[in-house]
Amino acid sequence: MKLWKTTLAAATLSLAAATSAFAARTDLTLGIVLEPPHLDPTAGAAAAIGEITYANVFEGLTRIDDNGQVQPGLAESWTVSDDGKVYTFKLHSGVKFHDGSAFSADDVKFSLDRARAKDSLNPQKPLFAHITDVTAVDPATAKVTLDGPQGNFLYDMGQVAAVIVGKGSADGNKDKPIGTGPFKLDHWAKASEITLVKNPDYWGTPAALDKATFRIVPDAAAAVPALLSGDIQAFANMPAQDALGQVQSDPRFSVVIGATEGETILSINNKKPPFDKLAVRQALASAIDRSAIIAAASNGLGKPIGSHFSPGDAGYIDLTGVYPHDIAKAKAYLKEAGLENGFSATIKLPPVPYARDGGQVIQSQLKEIGVDLQIIPVEWAEWLSQVFTNKDYDLTIVSHVEPNDIDIYSRPGYYFQYDNPKFNGLIKQLGTTVDKDKRLELLDEAQKILAHDVPAVYLFELPKIGVWDAKLQGMWTNWPIEADDLTKVKWSE
Amino acid sequence: MTAYLLKRLIIAALTLVLASMVVFAVMEILPGDPARLMLGLNASADQVEVLRNQMGLNAPLLLRYLHWVAGLLSLDFGRSYTYSVPVIELVRERIAVSLPLALIALALSTIIAIPVGVFSASRQGRAGDTLAMGAAQLGVAVPNFWFALMLIYLFAVWLRLVPAGGFPGWGAGIWTALKSLILPAIALALPQAAILGRVARSALIEVLNEDYIRTARAKGLPYRAVLWRHALRNAMIPVLTILGLQFAFLLAGTIIIENVFYLPGLGRLIFQAITQRDLIVVESIVMLLVAAVILINLLVDFSYAIVDPRLRGRQ
Repeated sequence: MKLWKTTLAAATLSLAAATSAFAARTDLTLGIVLEPPHLDPTAGAAAAIGEITYANVFEGLTRIDDNGQVQPGLAESWTVSDDGKVYTFKLHSGVKFHDGSAFSADDVKFSLDRARAKDSLNPQKPLFAHITDVTAVDPATAKVTLDGPQGNFLYDMGQVAAVIVGKGSADGNKDKPIGTGPFKLDHWAKASEITLVKNPDYWGTPAALDKATFRIVPDAAAAVPALLSGDIQAFANMPAQDALGQVQSDPRFSVVIGATEGETILSINNKKPPFDKLAVRQALASAIDRSAIIAAASNGLGKPIGSHFSPGDAGYIDLTGVYPHDIAKAKAYLKEAGLENGFSATIKLPPVPYARDGGQVIQSQLKEIGVDLQIIPVEWAEWLSQVFTNKDYDLTIVSHVEPNDIDIYSRPGYYFQYDNPKFNGLIKQLGTTVDKDKRLELLDEAQKILAHDVPAVYLFELPKIGVWDAKLQGMWTNWPIEADDLTKVKWSE
Repeated sequence: MTAYLLKRLIIAALTLVLASMVVFAVMEILPGDPARLMLGLNASADQVEVLRNQMGLNAPLLLRYLHWVAGLLSLDFGRSYTYSVPVIELVRERIAVSLPLALIALALSTIIAIPVGVFSASRQGRAGDTLAMGAAQLGVAVPNFWFALMLIYLFAVWLRLVPAGGFPGWGAGIWTALKSLILPAIALALPQAAILGRVARSALIEVLNEDYIRTARAKGLPYRAVLWRHALRNAMIPVLTILGLQFAFLLAGTIIIENVFYLPGLGRLIFQAITQRDLIVVESIVMLLVAAVILINLLVDFSYAIVDPRLRGRQ
């Protein structure tokens, strides 16, 4: 009897040890599709750079949270002058970079001056265009002066390309990123994986994970077996849409569909005949059936949009009804443009499933109104040079993933070739408007202009398809910015 | 022999020069700007120009070609635009995966193909032969992408014997590293073995019909000895030719298998470099591969001489 008891006690003990061993799991392997070319978010536009480093390795003055809201980052608080031109940031004290050097207002000045310098290669340089001066008042206070009030300034300072880098380490960040975040780079096995480890000297709430590995899984078909075998425990955005059912029915995994800032649109070359005629663009918008496109191009998961605005953002209005799917109406528009017999055009499709699959549906939908589309598949490099830079295209499909980017329609020389003075004026006013209600009003109007004027046909918002182990908590549902913020991620018992 | 060798070397050098011109020209003709790719949609044209100057892309074409060739001659393969590390370093990392993988796959395919070829040839037209060649036909027909996925589901997801993909690096221990190369090697080897087996069979059948084989049998040598010692050796030349071609393919042409198993191999590096317009990486690696293929072909030529003594004396 005594022996039995001892055995039982031992068994209970080892069971307890086993559970606590499970509870103590502190490592995570995430899958990502594209490898970042380097790890410096201030020097490259590749989304994978921010996905890995944002909030984990690098931090900005402010930070963007899961809901797209601005939160304090390296600046614990700030004040704005009455004229809206001067921002005084009070910085956290005791912050250290991963190389041991202390963070101070000098680094803020260095980072912002570097980003706005004449020879700056910052991929989001326009974010810093309105800064006229940065001063380190004292080690814990930085003062930023703007050329006028900026409605989005605090948000912009939380974006990926606005992170604060160290004065002494900035040049080496491509290979050895030195930030202030709760994780630091452990090693990068090229084309294989990037491993972050917990930063023991972190100034804020320490991360729950000790180690996070981003493993590069370039093939969509390989993503599912990687999850099923347990090699990879999370995809912030799963590439294999077709195979989603396989994990959706499996209780070991959570499938979380969230929103991104990716407006997927049928871009139109607005200066190229016949697309310079409003009626032709209206015909395109009326001929298109969004639900069929969404079914083919995003497995039915994308949300339909009627203007260039994310349904997840404050101020969104549903404008999908402005040009409802109506073939007869579309034909009437064509007749109005003097093209009742239709016309032929080309559509250049970049190598992403949403474009290639969506393009075929659009081709068949436009055939119904006599518009004969020739599909030209292009690589990204070709797309950038032919479509984006040289504007040598009729139509294309692309997802504009930058947050709050409705202003692109007012940029001179942008590839839409859309020029509407009324819209440009609105965007200019929006840029300098700080008042929240007034901003919403202006955004409302801007969305409506685009919806009615059809500089592009608005298709759907790209979904974020999160798939991870059901025991994993704290992963981002939405992608207000493309970041895999792991600061609150942990394993449940 | 020396004259023969010299002639071969001159041809090899000319091939390299020609290849360098073609590779360079093709990469230049491809539309796409590496600087714009790196900076993305929000960068201004001025910024792109600054980066192009930094990368040296604004220099005249001929100058860039000569600069590149001069670098190659002094074994300097340039720096990657995207990774900003020396190309040779990238190659060294990737070859540590691709070369062992190619060798294992080649060994596997030879071990499978030769016995199957001998078996089939010696039972020409009988049930065993039909069955083996049917299997070989299947091996060629099955897409290795699909076959690889089936292997993953069976051995990684269901039996959990090996990882589903990835490569931990040789630093993680030889066995751990080898374990992640087993499935890709099998997936690569099987279709190669199927081709090799068919070549071995037909070469062997041809040799078995030669007069000297009948003579050897007539003088009382056992069939097995004739088959393995006399016939197989003479059937080796086409087999070696195919092996040489297969090795060149396995070194860098395995991009699909590398993707399915997410291995950091040479094929993926080239593919990625092309999509990123990392011109210098593509150009330099393609040149290295051309050199490797020429070298392999030379080795194959020499091995002909080993299996066929008559070739040794030939000029």
